[in-house]
Amino acid sequence: MAVVFDRPHALVDIPMHYCPGCTHGITHRLVAEALDDLGIEGKTVGVSSVGCSYNNYFYFNCDMIQAAHGRAPAVATGVKRSLPDNIVFTYQGDGDLAAIGTAEIVHAAARGENITVIFINNTIYGMTSGQMAPTTLLNQVTTTTPYGRSAKNHGNPIRVCEMLATLEGPAYIERVSLHDIKHIKKAKEAVRKAFKVQMAGKGFSLVEILSTCPTNWGMDPLESLDRVKNEMLEYYPLGVFAGEDLEV
Amino acid sequence: MFLHEVIIAGFGGQGILSAGRLIAYAGMLDGREVSFFPSYGPEMRGGTANCMVVVSEEPIASPVLNSCTALMVMNNPSLEKFESYIKKGGVLIADSSLVQQKPTRDDIKHFELPATLMASEAGNKAFSNIYLIGKLIKETGIITPESFEKALYGVLSKSKHHLIPQEMEALKAGMEY
Amino acid sequence: MGERLLMKGNEVIAEAAIRAGCRHYFGYPITPQTEIAHYMAKKMPKVGGVFLQAESEVSAINMVYGAASAGKRVMTSSSSPGISLKQEGISYASGAQLPAVVVNIMRGGPGLGGIQPSQSDYFQATKGGGHGDYRLIVLAPSSVQELYELTVDAFNLADQYRMVAMILGDGVLGQMMEVVNFRDEEPIVDADKSWAACGHGMKREHNTITSIHLDPAVLEQWNQALQKKYKTICEKEQRYELYKTDDADIIIVAYGSVARIAKNVVHVAREEGLKVGLLRPITLWPFPTKAFEQVMDKTRAFLTVEMSSGQMLEDVMLTVSGRKPVYFTGRMGGMIPRVDDIMAKIKEISAG
Ligand SMILES: Cc1ncc(C[n+]2csc(CCOP(=O)(O)OP(=O)(O)O)c2C)c(N)n1
Ligand code: SF4
Ligand SMILES: [Mg+2]
Repeated sequence: MAVVFDRPHALVDIPMHYCPGCTHGITHRLVAEALDDLGIEGKTVGVSSVGCSYNNYFYFNCDMIQAAHGRAPAVATGVKRSLPDNIVFTYQGDGDLAAIGTAEIVHAAARGENITVIFINNTIYGMTSGQMAPTTLLNQVTTTTPYGRSAKNHGNPIRVCEMLATLEGPAYIERVSLHDIKHIKKAKEAVRKAFKVQMAGKGFSLVEILSTCPTNWGMDPLESLDRVKNEMLEYYPLGVFAGEDLEV
Repeated sequence: MFLHEVIIAGFGGQGILSAGRLIAYAGMLDGREVSFFPSYGPEMRGGTANCMVVVSEEPIASPVLNSCTALMVMNNPSLEKFESYIKKGGVLIADSSLVQQKPTRDDIKHFELPATLMASEAGNKAFSNIYLIGKLIKETGIITPESFEKALYGVLSKSKHHLIPQEMEALKAGMEY
Repeated sequence: MGERLLMKGNEVIAEAAIRAGCRHYFGYPITPQTEIAHYMAKKMPKVGGVFLQAESEVSAINMVYGAASAGKRVMTSSSSPGISLKQEGISYASGAQLPAVVVNIMRGGPGLGGIQPSQSDYFQATKGGGHGDYRLIVLAPSSVQELYELTVDAFNLADQYRMVAMILGDGVLGQMMEVVNFRDEEPIVDADKSWAACGHGMKREHNTITSIHLDPAVLEQWNQALQKKYKTICEKEQRYELYKTDDADIIIVAYGSVARIAKNVVHVAREEGLKVGLLRPITLWPFPTKAFEQVMDKTRAFLTVEMSSGQMLEDVMLTVSGRKPVYFTGRMGGMIPRVDDIMAKIKEISAG
């Protein structure tokens, strides 16, 4: 029998701890497939952040480092500057990257640090049970915005790709979504391209992935995918924000 | 001396923590000293849940229990983990629709009732914990059913108050089982 | 007597702060204390107060620095890794003599560690986790009722002495529920805040809040003033509980939730005919040396029990100064000491 759908080598064969319908698992697969396809698992060092994916070092078969909350881009910088010929990526949530780690991500991008950032935008803090994230949409109810997010009190959600694209440093920035198969395929291409940009020594690459958190959104998995499509896409348009013409 | 130290354990989502909270609340309404200590963590991702409840006449020394007068379990691993906690002569109540394992000890009082089955037959699976509380009340006298009813009104949001008569039916069924 | 309510420790801290007149809370989510923020998010808008989720603990503590400079009662809360990030701001606030309340609901470390209860930030809290010669008033509640009362006291002490007061709890205290009795009215100390930077309205000299003094002679004087204040606090503010120590051969020294377990041990030991008592520090700084003097001649030995490798142990040994033997038992990483294990240690000591 031909195997048509196998586990990528870069993904360890153990059950993941994510909630049913959570898209973290899909993204892990996309990253692992890229490492497989490009044959770089053996020279890749990943940096886990602090969020629901804090322990994805159990899942990725490449060498992994666990970083403090928000500091993954600084840790990745240290690794990359020590091992310039290796491939280095961070895997960060929106709280991690766009709240506590804003300084680190902005400066890694501004330096054009030759690393790849996988950025999970699920508009919430998943791990700590559903607080407002910098990406939480207006009117969205969270445990720390019980009356809904308001622009006046909490500010407007941050569009990370657009913000970082104003810098000269980044080589490649794209926003993708996982709400259906067609978009998952596009996301896969984007993740692959981000690693290829790094392999070609072009500089900083980041893929923002619009993701779900059924548990803290209080929705079932399918409703969650609908929310991504119907509510998130409007505020977070998909597309390439830097390096559109970049051939790698 | 009136001192009840109860451990309730099972999977997340079985109403383990709310059972503990309700008992503590009812104990308070009965005029006792009470404490409630839940296990905590990213439990939403499956896994086990447990809580420790003390209802006492005297000020409570510790809310953290290393032994208990009663154990209520809703899955096999919980029985394995906590059986040794039960004091000699203490009470074990197991939801027999989910707990197939038997206790290894013979110096405790062992009660079984198919709470989850009874709850789904009665049409609301979420009340399985209430049947068990009913049994606990009958075997230990930890709280009064009257206070339990008031506790339901105190703990549940208004939108769920219409369910309380059903929950009291479940409690009664548990007490009579 | 007010209402009897069954409440979670974390929520009681938040409610106590509001009752103590705190209208400014800045925080960042972290387990096991996030319910404080959830409660504040709901309640602050209803009492005309400010709840703001900062982008990090570093920002949260600096927001506290700002609100305290403006003369407001202000609080932040976190758990161990987040408290580490606040150390810079705590040092600055201490240097600038700003009153503020910081809550640490400790979890196991070091590093990201775990989320289960621990007492491994004792050194950080009592010896100055940031840089410089400074102290915090450190209060260690051991029940939900005490979380309430000591949080109110923390605001008063902070204002009275113009310094940072810390509530040092742990995951057990934050997560557990007990009955709390709220007073109808809180004993709020009305402290002088004429030093605040809140706009002089052309009516007074301008005020400055600062912690920098480049002239070493001036900085030394400033430090001496701080030390004088700390000395007064050591004399006047020590708090502790002595439980069944009058006839005790062995006295357990334990604080916070561990003191509750220790109380159980006292009961069990006495049932077995062993005369055991409990000395419970309520202020960890100032360390309650007076409590030890009260029992020193009567007891045979001290047994320190902590959820750490033995941090308070060092203060116990300093205080006892070799006058009596001091023993230790503890757990780490989020494990809670068991009655049996402490009993075993007690039997070992009595036999030895
Ligand atoms: C210094 C510090 N502050 C706070 C925390 C608590 N914490 C753990 S995960 C998390 C938020 C994670 O949210 P996000 O990055 O959006 O990831 P998600 O869980 O949504 O995937 C926080 C605040 C921590 N571990 N360290
Ligand atoms: S809490 Fe949300 S982000 Fe975390 S695993 Fe569950 S669904 Fe995923
Ligand atoms: Mg998130």
